[in-house]
Amino acid sequence: MIPVILGIIIFNFLLLHMAPGDAVDVIAGEAGAGDAAYVAKLRAEYGLDQPLIVQLGRYVLQVLQFDLGHSFRQNMPVSELILDRLPATLLLMLVALAMSFLLGLTLGVVAAWRVRTMTDNVISVVALLSYATPTFWIGLMLILLFSVTLGWLPTTGMESIGAGYTGLERIVDIGRHLLLPAVTLSLFYMAIYTRLMRASMLEVYGQDYVRTAQAKGLADSRVAFKHVLRNAMLPVVTMAGIQVGSLLGGSVLVETVFGWPGLGRLAYDAVFQRDFNLLLGVLLLSSVLVVAANLIVDLLYAALDPRIEFK
Amino acid sequence: MSGHLLEVRDLRTVFRSDAGVAKAVDGVSWHVDRGETLALVGESGCGKSVTGLSLLRIVPRPHGEIVSGEVRLDGRDLLQLSERDMRAARGNDIAMIFQEPMTSLNPVFTIGDQIGEAIVTHRQTRPVEARKRVVALLDQVGIPDARRRIDDYPHHLSGGMRQRAMIAMAIACDPQVLIADEPTTALDVTIQAQILKLLRSLQDELHMGMVLITHDLGVVAESAHRVAVMYAGRIVETGGVRQVLRDPQHPYTQGLLQATPHAPKVGGARDRKLAEIRGLVPSLYDMPPGCAFAPRCPKAQATCQAVPPPLSETTEGRNVACYFPG
Amino acid sequence: MTRLRTLWRHYRRNVTAVIGLSILGLVVVMAISAPLVFPADPWEIVSRPFTWPFQSWAYPLGTDALGRNVAAGIFHGARVSLLIGIVATIAALFVGVIVGAFAGFYGGLIDDVLMRFTEIFQTIPSFIFIFVVVAIFAPSVEIIVLAIAIVSWPPITRLVRGEFIALRGRDFIQGCIAIGMSDMRIIFVQALPNAMAPVIVTASVMVALAILAESGLAFLGLGDPNVMSWGTMIGAGRQVLRQAWYLTAIPGIAILLTVLSLNLIGDGLNDALNPRLRGRQ
Repeated sequence: MIPVILGIIIFNFLLLHMAPGDAVDVIAGEAGAGDAAYVAKLRAEYGLDQPLIVQLGRYVLQVLQFDLGHSFRQNMPVSELILDRLPATLLLMLVALAMSFLLGLTLGVVAAWRVRTMTDNVISVVALLSYATPTFWIGLMLILLFSVTLGWLPTTGMESIGAGYTGLERIVDIGRHLLLPAVTLSLFYMAIYTRLMRASMLEVYGQDYVRTAQAKGLADSRVAFKHVLRNAMLPVVTMAGIQVGSLLGGSVLVETVFGWPGLGRLAYDAVFQRDFNLLLGVLLLSSVLVVAANLIVDLLYAALDPRIEFK
Repeated sequence: MSGHLLEVRDLRTVFRSDAGVAKAVDGVSWHVDRGETLALVGESGCGKSVTGLSLLRIVPRPHGEIVSGEVRLDGRDLLQLSERDMRAARGNDIAMIFQEPMTSLNPVFTIGDQIGEAIVTHRQTRPVEARKRVVALLDQVGIPDARRRIDDYPHHLSGGMRQRAMIAMAIACDPQVLIADEPTTALDVTIQAQILKLLRSLQDELHMGMVLITHDLGVVAESAHRVAVMYAGRIVETGGVRQVLRDPQHPYTQGLLQATPHAPKVGGARDRKLAEIRGLVPSLYDMPPGCAFAPRCPKAQATCQAVPPPLSETTEGRNVACYFPG
Repeated sequence: MTRLRTLWRHYRRNVTAVIGLSILGLVVVMAISAPLVFPADPWEIVSRPFTWPFQSWAYPLGTDALGRNVAAGIFHGARVSLLIGIVATIAALFVGVIVGAFAGFYGGLIDDVLMRFTEIFQTIPSFIFIFVVVAIFAPSVEIIVLAIAIVSWPPITRLVRGEFIALRGRDFIQGCIAIGMSDMRIIFVQALPNAMAPVIVTASVMVALAILAESGLAFLGLGDPNVMSWGTMIGAGRQVLRQAWYLTAIPGIAILLTVLSLNLIGDGLNDALNPRLRGRQ
């Protein structure tokens, strides 16, 4: 895990280095001064005249102290900007993750249960379509239907600005704002879980121990929910770790569509302000989030499968 | 009505697929009494395992289906029971153990949990009581240190121990009939003998009828009272174990015994090849109209090709399905 | 040739797979014929804005907020989507297959190092990475292809590595080693063809994912400004979602159908190439 994180940091540094214009160019540009001596002095001050390997060493040390550099556009430390936006993205992600997981699991179980019936076919078609639909487009279509046409849900933001809601009212308000983006973000993975769970259930149904459970005289539902489900979930749980990275990517699109004030939106703004420190900070933090998610998934997997033992 | 503990009459089970309909069990009849062991013998694919699954009505759906026949346990036809009543009988009146102890136990639950489940399901016992019973069962099947082993997961146990756990699960509710489908095939030779011995002593203790499904004539000689030889979904010969092994009447049984290097003795070698008989078993999808063995049989005549020979009594307790027995 | 024919025989039995192939065929025809059917630049303003679909014979799919022909955009967009999807996938296959083959064939330290390296690329969230790379360098077709390819190869590597580990133990490979055949010859001539079936299946899904990624980029305004892309059209349509939703809906459906067709083809190939599954469905 540590080599992976280190690798990601180095990779990040190289990208940052390849970006046109360093911090000094930005500052000099802001100041409107093209004085070569002044620029050289600044460069030395920031250590940008040092050999690449020295700069890299400094960068790694900085990052390990959670110093992601300075956003010259917003004149704030990148880490602060990111931490400010992180909760909104985490909320959106966790809700989307839970929705896709629960819904996908349920649909997959039902499809496997009623395999080769109309129900199975309908679920498979829904999964196929959800898997092929561009996230941002389905978000726009949902806005068109539920906000523009029906007027049931708000189109943008995380809560009603200036309404001054508190307590439960505020939670409901955020929930109403959250619903469409969360559904949008969850659809793609719901489809993956559905397909995976269906295949996994069918696979497990063919196992010898399922026959043993039947031979014991257990009811079909007990066989399905106790003996099959737990084993069938194992590959799906593995997938959930991979999903986190993709959810972060999807959040750039979904947050842009729904004006959700999270990391994705921050990254989007950073691109158009050419704020590369900030942009790479987001990339680095998202990678770390993925590593953390994989760790949690490993723990969860070990809890579900007694064959995995910790050293 | 007969007085046999378990009587199977004209059982037929088919598998349907794109390739057509396979008659896996094609009109099989036999019986077993209390305290008696019947060995169902044949090569793999002859339908002996499907027969076992049919008795419990757990033939894999939707491809497999029991088409007709009777399975009378103590006079009651299991095939006529509602799914609910059948469930109550499974694991309770009639239990089954399988070939692969490695894969027949669920890897994510402890053996205590899996054995206790049978008791709780059929006896509505409280979990604490069930646990006590499980410890007693583990003792009974010879798992040492049962009190600790009860919380082990299957992967903690050796193959032999797992098979013992499977046996404990099967006898948890004192079944009248135990079906053992190749119970020792996947085990080491020394363990095989132990497991067979365990099954025999349990049968005496619990006075069960036992159906021993095997391809190993060594196992048959050691453990069975009577033998039913299956070929391509049909019974070709039945009789007492000595009679059949010493004086086989059906050419197929004769071939089987010849293919076995020496007269089967206790603790047969693990991978004894049953069939060194010339030719191939016909496809179950495309059976010849007459005797299924005719294409490979040295004695086959025109009649054999045309009409399948019925299973008929030659001497007392001896049945052979052949026009030219002996 | 006979193997291809056998594959087709199994493939065409699968109705949904044939539907997928037909849809993709249609998209390919659109892409190829775009310059003939709509020789004018799709960015050109041709009529008054906001003509709804099915109102005019000249503009069957209507015109956009600036009066550009939507049908022309869809045809030319097909070129961009397919081009980026296919080229990015080929590039990713190239890297993924080589890295996976070496890791699986040699094992040991080489495997460890290569897989660590792969893991890094698998951990970085792919869409954010593409987004960052395209933002840092100029948004051009080449950079987009490169960025998508960089994030797409790890799954191929894992797949090919697995196949090679299995193949390494097989007799015919052991035989090749025994007669002193060179490693490169064993890897690329003997082993690789036997590892390609799952790679081909994954490739069709990768093209689909690449098309989705490109459309997302273009939607965010990071598409190549010189070419017409379906994502760009949705991005522009979004501004007028309330007045003219068809401007968002039509290119979205185009993406949906293209991606769907590729996924269906992937499923069909999987069934046809996997003898174990044949006859099960």
